[in-house]
Amino acid sequence: MKKNVIEVKNLEKYYEVSGGFFSRNKDIVKAVDDISFDIPFGESLGLVGQSGCGKTTTARALCLLDPKTGGDVKFYNNETENMQNIDNLEDEELKKFRRNIQMIFQDPYESLNPRWTIKDIILEPLNIHNIGDLQDREEAVVEILKTVGLTPASNYLPRYPHELSGGQRQRVSIARTLIMKPKFVVCDEPTSMLDVSIRISIMDLMLNLAKDLEVSYLYITHDLAVARYMCNRIAVMFNGKIVEIAETEELLNNPIHPYTKRLISSIPVPDPSYDRKVYNVNYDELDAIIAKHGTDNPMVDIGNEHYISTHDVKGLI
Amino acid sequence: MSKEVLSVKNLNMHYETLSGDVHAVKDVSFSVKEGESFGLVGESGCGKTSVAMSLLQLQADNAKISSGSIQLDGVELVGMNESELRKVRWDGISIVFQGAMNAWNPVVKVGEQIREAIREHYPEKSKAENTEKIESLFQMVGLDATVIDRFPHELSGGMKQRAIIALALSCDPKVVIADEPTTALDVVIQDQILNEIKKVQQLLGLSLIYISHDIAVIAEMTDQMAVMYAGSIVEIGPTEKVFSTPKHAYTRLLLESTPSVVGEKKKLRSLDGEPPSLINEIIGCSFSPRCPDPSSDCKNPIKEMGLVEIEPGHFADNCCVDCG
Repeated sequence: MKKNVIEVKNLEKYYEVSGGFFSRNKDIVKAVDDISFDIPFGESLGLVGQSGCGKTTTARALCLLDPKTGGDVKFYNNETENMQNIDNLEDEELKKFRRNIQMIFQDPYESLNPRWTIKDIILEPLNIHNIGDLQDREEAVVEILKTVGLTPASNYLPRYPHELSGGQRQRVSIARTLIMKPKFVVCDEPTSMLDVSIRISIMDLMLNLAKDLEVSYLYITHDLAVARYMCNRIAVMFNGKIVEIAETEELLNNPIHPYTKRLISSIPVPDPSYDRKVYNVNYDELDAIIAKHGTDNPMVDIGNEHYISTHDVKGLI
Repeated sequence: MSKEVLSVKNLNMHYETLSGDVHAVKDVSFSVKEGESFGLVGESGCGKTSVAMSLLQLQADNAKISSGSIQLDGVELVGMNESELRKVRWDGISIVFQGAMNAWNPVVKVGEQIREAIREHYPEKSKAENTEKIESLFQMVGLDATVIDRFPHELSGGMKQRAIIALALSCDPKVVIADEPTTALDVVIQDQILNEIKKVQQLLGLSLIYISHDIAVIAEMTDQMAVMYAGSIVEIGPTEKVFSTPKHAYTRLLLESTPSVVGEKKKLRSLDGEPPSLINEIIGCSFSPRCPDPSSDCKNPIKEMGLVEIEPGHFADNCCVDCG
């Protein structure tokens, strides 16, 4: 039995929106609706879907940046060695939780304070959590810069974010995240703003760090090809729900859900001789599965830990 | 053999800045035939958009074309004055700008903005004629005719981009430049727009110049392609040849650094370092500092860059053809 770093059950995030200035009616937007997944230690899950499908909302709910409105999220507590619910965490507990779960943002130009030096930026989490004395902290910063490939560290410590390239900035973001030695990192499209050539070196860096430091990622992206490179498993999100989740190659070779099929068939292939076919959405395969398994379960297992949502999506895709 | 519509020869363009001249386009030559689709690919800052802007001469005030020629149907565009250029723009060459879907005027209806472009070029046409034209264009790009009377904020990103393509086609240009037309869009919408562009191009027999940093899109969209690095074309040829037998070390790295959802899962190669500053004159191979396994030609500081023919129609820069 694999140990999980995070377990998500029936997570919901609903927003209330008013129907207009004079309207008393409130509408509910189900940004994230009843999604469940586990991530074992050292493994990465890709969360893939088009913009507005609820990927980032999920991530923010997990990190307690936007409180969820329903469901359970449990996180591995390395002191008690048990899964701990993230609801009602207080003071010290909450601080510990935040130390273990970190986030890397999409835009390295906006997520670093332009008036701070690289040293200040990476030092900040250590100061907040009051880890070690000043000398320890400074040594840790030098060490982490080496880990993310910014050497010699003395070159980077006194510089400001605007003096660095996009790739270097994203390395600083990763350093700031990893200096807390988290077990779980949520990555929200960390390479989508970078050039192709730099993208791979950042992705390779993150893969190596996952291996060396035993970090698990929830990797959010709209690019299935990137998710394939980074993740052990992929969850496809559509309209606030996970519609299909499976091991990466299984999902790509044997997609069942019409939305997954549509997504895979939309991705350009870097080979001019490859004849990519337009996928005409049809619900036959999904209907057959629903007929076989019924709709009592929101997600049914079709074997190989390959889960399909039985939710009605007809006419939406 | 279809005829050449656009031919660019030894184009040099630089930006005059306070810290010196930035040589953004260096000795670029290529030609586009009738009905052909030509791709320009490279990382940001390599000069792709500068080439596009030079073709229409829409570059910023501090940009100067120092030498070279751009011919559209045999008519030289370099050196034309503004009023002559106004006739070429949109009538001869039109462009779908990068992020153009955000460039709609928010307080003017979409149809009126397209009518404005047509009116500028064909003042003799009546409003009804123009509306008819726009309706047929909208049908071509998959938009409902009612979009004419809508404001930009009422449209989704994909619809705005489709309308932008209709705008680019409104004066029946011979050449359309598409500068990263799908970059801000989602994969599913991107796919629809790409199909739409392909369809329209075939239907109207347009010549298309497609600019992108995404080599997968170039693979699908183009017949001929050029790879740009630091302002120069380092490899140019039929798209299939460039993909099947890439000759320049940079092209090979670009191809090997692109993940794909089909085929075996491959280890991807990364490209370290950054492109050189274009302010200083670069002598020798501009890719040499980042070349993973430079040959003696590549390391030779006085060897001049220049394209050599590898096979018919397929050229690569002579400095880097033997690199590992």
